[in-house]
Amino acid sequence: MEKHSIDHLEGICSQVRRDCLRMVHAVQSGHPGAALGMCEYVVALFFNEMEHDSDFKMDGKGEDLFFLSNGHVSALWYSVLARSGYFGVPELGTFRKINSRLQGHPATEEGLPGIRIASGSLGQGLSVGIGAAQTKKLNQDDKLVYVMMGDGEQQEGQVWEAAMYAAHHKVDNLIAAIDLNRQQIDGPTEKVMDLIDLGAKWEAFGWQIVNIEKGNDMASVLEGLARAKSLTGQGRPVMILLHTEMGYGVDFMVGTHKWHGVAPNDEQLENALGQLEETLGDY
Amino acid sequence: MEKTLDLKYTYTEKKDTRSGFGDGLLEAGRNNPNVVGLCADLIGSLKMGAFQKEFPERFFQVGIAEANMIGLAAGMTIGGKIPFTGTFANFSTGRVYDQIRQSVAYSDKNVKICASHAGLTLGEDGATHQILEDLGMMRMLPHMTVINPCDYNQTKAATLALVDHVGPAYLRFGRPSWPIFTPADQKFEIGKAWKMIDGKDVTIFATGHLVWEAVVAEAMLREEGISAEVINIHTIKPLDTEAILDSVAKTGCAVSAEEHQLNGGLGDSIAQTLIRNHPAPLEYVGVNDSFGESGTPTQLLEKYGLNAENIVKAAKKALARK
Repeated sequence: MEKHSIDHLEGICSQVRRDCLRMVHAVQSGHPGAALGMCEYVVALFFNEMEHDSDFKMDGKGEDLFFLSNGHVSALWYSVLARSGYFGVPELGTFRKINSRLQGHPATEEGLPGIRIASGSLGQGLSVGIGAAQTKKLNQDDKLVYVMMGDGEQQEGQVWEAAMYAAHHKVDNLIAAIDLNRQQIDGPTEKVMDLIDLGAKWEAFGWQIVNIEKGNDMASVLEGLARAKSLTGQGRPVMILLHTEMGYGVDFMVGTHKWHGVAPNDEQLENALGQLEETLGDY
Repeated sequence: MEKTLDLKYTYTEKKDTRSGFGDGLLEAGRNNPNVVGLCADLIGSLKMGAFQKEFPERFFQVGIAEANMIGLAAGMTIGGKIPFTGTFANFSTGRVYDQIRQSVAYSDKNVKICASHAGLTLGEDGATHQILEDLGMMRMLPHMTVINPCDYNQTKAATLALVDHVGPAYLRFGRPSWPIFTPADQKFEIGKAWKMIDGKDVTIFATGHLVWEAVVAEAMLREEGISAEVINIHTIKPLDTEAILDSVAKTGCAVSAEEHQLNGGLGDSIAQTLIRNHPAPLEYVGVNDSFGESGTPTQLLEKYGLNAENIVKAAKKALARK
């Protein structure tokens, strides 16, 4: 796949952030905080790292696959899919509206290209990704499976069932990532339900850990992904701890759980868009 | 009592329906390289050992982690595998309802959820394991096919039929040794009810283990001069409404019989069909809003009112309401 310059990728991020904010603003609902925070990572995957085909096929044979377990970050994924050519960019304007393929949380029911499983009820995506990775092995398909989770999501028990399973079954064609923004709906994770040392937990479960300390710095993200890729195929699954700032890119949204599930009003949107360059043209 | 009756179907052997699943899965594995098996630490109970032995690379031990198992199975369909998950019916449904709902049903994945030890007849383990709500939970889910076969042969045939069926499915079977009274070479048509005995006075719609009880009840009713039609509803969803309405148009009343709560199961499905199309008296045989308890399968079916005698009583009650 064509590799892009860091400048170019950052330009895409700016446009994707604009998309996310405009989508959420238009329907006054959705989840802008984590979408802004995870932007560099998901853009890096779709525009630089993954081998994938925007002419969507559900079975994904011969392609790298991406699963978004924390489905509430749907606006980000939809924008990235549209900007990657999976469907027309104007369709972003239907987000969360009646009769749209862009459901509040990702779904397959309406046939939106790029989505392989519904997500939103937390804790399920890692299991799905592991299953898809094992099918790739059975099919002698050497491509990788990527799974994205939230940090609050680590409070779900199923995540740890999956953690144990992937190590036991040596699912080493899998790169999972946790968006460590330290925020969840009711407040900071350390106050709501302290995750303590997530790296130690995943390591104890038999995973290889890659820390991306600057998850909103494109160069760091690319470097971390390269490291993660180099650890695949060694008999152990790989976990990226992606340290991000919720709301990154908009000064009044950054670093707080306040914007987890709240849409900006007209004035706030204008202020936010003033901070983000329109690089690819708004939808 | 059974021996003295003139039964329309007889048997020479009894076997558990779960063995029908195990043997069907092995054959399915031989027929189709995409069939994979997953089990949550119950290989012996689910009779999945033979499949595991012959296809170790296509079998996945999940440990005691049913939620993960459902997610794994959903993921394995992406790329063309046909996963059959195996655990007890309780842990196949209630424990993992949201995983099935989101990752399998709503996502329309080709996962076969195979559930043993359903209903009262698992016996001595008691009510924690005797799920009586699973058919209701599963039939409420859009996209889900729900199958509850009656004996070893039908369970094996249903397992094989599921390989060629595309979409989410729930296959329910059980633990007790049970008469094998349907043919080994039967063709299993998902969604197609099987009229096993012709009759004209009352229709007995039965599913699962209670199909055998219905066959016995028919003979008992016949001795009293009542002609009962017996229809084997092995597929709860999609329900063969045409077969139901055709039969009730003729007999004018019906009994439903299932090893399940009255709420939400086969009886409710039939009632819904009748009330919308052809209102007629319907009596329910099933568990009346209670949990089960420890005991032998025979004792439990008697105590909770699910055996042939109860079907006979219900049939007479339905007849009296005509």
